[in-house]
Amino acid sequence: MAALNGAVENGQPDKKVPPLPRPLRSLEVKYTKIFINNEWHESTSGKKFPTYNPSTLEKICDIEEGDKPDVDNAVEAARAAFQRGSPWRQMDAPSRGRLLHKLADLLERDRVILATLETMDTGKPFLQAYFIDLEGCIKTLRYYAGWADKIQGRTIPVDENFVCFTRHEPMGVCGAITPWNFPLLMLVWKMAPALCCGNTLVIKPAEQTPLTSLYVGSLIKEVGFPPGVVNIVPGYGPTAGAAISTHDSIDKIAFTGSTKVGKLIKEAASKSNLKRVTLELGGKNPCIVCADADLDLAVECAHQGVFFNQGQCCTAASRVFVEEQIYPEFVKRSVEFAKKRLVGDPFDARTEQGPQIDQKQFDKILELIESGKKEGAKLECGGLAIEDRGLFIKPTVFSEVTDNMRIAREEIFGPVQPIMKFKSIEEVIRRANSTEYGLTAAVFTKNLDIALTLASALQSGTVWINCYNALYAQAPFGGFKMSGNGREL
Amino acid sequence: ASPIPAPNPRPDIAYNKIFINNEWHDAVSKKTFPSINPATGEVICQVAEGAKADVDKAVKAAKAAFQLGSPWRRMDASQRGKLLNRLADLIERDRAYLAALETLDNGKPYAISYLVDLDMVVKCLRYFAGWSDKFHGKTIPLDGDFFCYTRLEPVGVCGQIIPWNFPLLMQAWKLGPALATGNVVVMKVAEQTPLSALYVASLIKEAGFPPGVVNIIPGYGPTAGAAIASHMDIDKVAFTGSTEVGHLIQKAAAESNLKRVTLELGGKSPNIIMSDADMDWAVDQAHFALFFNQGQCCCAGSRTYVQEDIYNEFVERSVEKAKARVVGNPFDFKTEQGPQVDEKQFKKILGYISTGQREGAKLLCGGNPAADRGYFIQPTVFGDVQDSMTIAREEVSAP
Repeated sequence: MAALNGAVENGQPDKKVPPLPRPLRSLEVKYTKIFINNEWHESTSGKKFPTYNPSTLEKICDIEEGDKPDVDNAVEAARAAFQRGSPWRQMDAPSRGRLLHKLADLLERDRVILATLETMDTGKPFLQAYFIDLEGCIKTLRYYAGWADKIQGRTIPVDENFVCFTRHEPMGVCGAITPWNFPLLMLVWKMAPALCCGNTLVIKPAEQTPLTSLYVGSLIKEVGFPPGVVNIVPGYGPTAGAAISTHDSIDKIAFTGSTKVGKLIKEAASKSNLKRVTLELGGKNPCIVCADADLDLAVECAHQGVFFNQGQCCTAASRVFVEEQIYPEFVKRSVEFAKKRLVGDPFDARTEQGPQIDQKQFDKILELIESGKKEGAKLECGGLAIEDRGLFIKPTVFSEVTDNMRIAREEIFGPVQPIMKFKSIEEVIRRANSTEYGLTAAVFTKNLDIALTLASALQSGTVWINCYNALYAQAPFGGFKMSGNGREL
Repeated sequence: ASPIPAPNPRPDIAYNKIFINNEWHDAVSKKTFPSINPATGEVICQVAEGAKADVDKAVKAAKAAFQLGSPWRRMDASQRGKLLNRLADLIERDRAYLAALETLDNGKPYAISYLVDLDMVVKCLRYFAGWSDKFHGKTIPLDGDFFCYTRLEPVGVCGQIIPWNFPLLMQAWKLGPALATGNVVVMKVAEQTPLSALYVASLIKEAGFPPGVVNIIPGYGPTAGAAIASHMDIDKVAFTGSTEVGHLIQKAAAESNLKRVTLELGGKSPNIIMSDADMDWAVDQAHFALFFNQGQCCCAGSRTYVQEDIYNEFVERSVEKAKARVVGNPFDFKTEQGPQVDEKQFKKILGYISTGQREGAKLLCGGNPAADRGYFIQPTVFGDVQDSMTIAREEVSAP
């Protein structure tokens, strides 16, 4: 990540660098069942599904496969926990905040276990899981713990003789469907705000990556959240996920995933009980590098921006627009970076890039790479899988990319960097905005006028100026157009 | 307070076409549909019937008006507020005419159109005019060495579909916030009541809003409304109407471009009368809660729960009040209740009344049409209603 802060923590310089954390080899997976009412249940159908380690292609273990009856049970528990007069409803706001702080404490206590599980299940490098994913989780929980007793309504001077006030109340039972690219972090982004406001939850984690979410179920119980407040049902989208989005007793659904599924979720909500819907979907995010930019900074940020997390980020900088004067130098330096990127065993401390999440994604990325070659982009490096290594793909850079190519239009979600040329600011604004997505954008320039103009003109929920992936709990996040509805954080 | 000006019960209809880019257009199909006076059942005039092709034209105009660098995008926020205030001034100038037009098309008593609907329209527009330069973003103390700020920006092309029960007011509720924040609008007005909103379009042009900022299309739901809900170039749809249609709108939004959706739908609002309430005030308020606007309010107090010790007296007094309610020509100042908005509603309501009787509710007064022409219904009170009965569960939208 390009958040280059130096070794300064809360204004005090670090005296010494602590040793790097080490993953737990032979970690036993303890939690594989459905979590309802603070208890572990087998699936109603008796079915289980496997979860795999994408680095080794071996099965880690079997997980109970939740489907509609399990979702129904979870909703019943969540609804009961939300009844007027229940322990959760009776709990005062600061106490909810205390519970969130305690949950953050337990995540800190079990940080190595959770980072190990996350790497086993997703293939992301262990040190990234530890320092980035877990850091984000802990900070987000603490941020929302602080908000719990600050959810204020208003008194309003209406016409005539009335006392008018608003009161913000929890919505009720919230369905949450989380993705496989940042399983734990996306779980916390859904849980923390919902619990902070006093809602109850029914969560379906991605079938590719259920392990860390289920582990958190055990921590929820340990912290002391009343039974039924958080329920976790692992399973598949078309079954468990659809059961949530069509459920008549769920008041809201929050989904992070592909735009294609986002549409199905919103449609299901509309056909059932008009539950509120928030969606965090895909992106084809422009990264605009002007000729006056700090070139080293821009190259490194653009590189990390697209290659971070094996390219599997909704915020991936997957259209790099470079002003023509500096185009050849930018491409040359980007290729150097890409060739140096260390791909390998995610448990190795030196590894920067692990495997893709599964065969389906792997095939899709290679197909898009082939389309780049066929449609006439120039392959600068990479462009194929690492032989005999399962789901690993070489960091790939394409130059001479034009806007109509598939690699310039479709979300790749892999380690592929398409670099395009531009002449003028007006032109790059038009081209950057010519997409149905609108999640994030980045601009590299030293010129204040250009920076502020682009910040307003780009149709993106977030615009990063001279930085990338600066994502923190304090700032809202969400997309324009088909990148989503609503905001998180 | 100054007396209400006498109405002209036969106001001239100057505007009955489609309003795009501050100009008046026939429908692309050249079709028209009639707008009916519900007090008499007669046709007031023909109105251009907008459909998908007209929506496409309107969206194109709205998009052009929203381009970066356009007059509307370049306009100061405070200037947007001035335009909204100017629109409010023009509506005040033409208040009597608009109130008469509203009564002619919708059937609500003129005195109420003038004193209530028009009053609230003007106030709503002025309220949002005041907000236009107060939409603050935030600066946020992020971790690390970053400067972080949020900036609230207009959503873009807003599709707005409004109902027939408060035509002018629902138009103001949609236009006020959307224009104050700098959006552009494609609005479909209800086919039962298009006339007053189209007149306001002429005032929008007169006030000085740039062309394409507001576009208004009279037409039907399944054609023009659906075209809006599923349009790929509309960024948000705001709908007020029935829950049944609300489902369809959200579904269309999901299937097209995931446009943002806000819905204001039906209700079956409980009105709870405790035995320690001031009886006169409670009877009065409960009566008003249900019967206002011919019962055609999403917030109608359509389930009155009365604590049992006072039940009999409350019911008796409510029936007296209902029997005394004056139903008649809405242009007459003595009238309290006009006709229902159209034949479809009229028949539906009579159906509910008969269902109520069939299911065992006690018909205490009313229950029949109140006149030989037009869509008038007698103020009706049912006693001994059980929660399971249809009239206690479904939205009747009736007196």
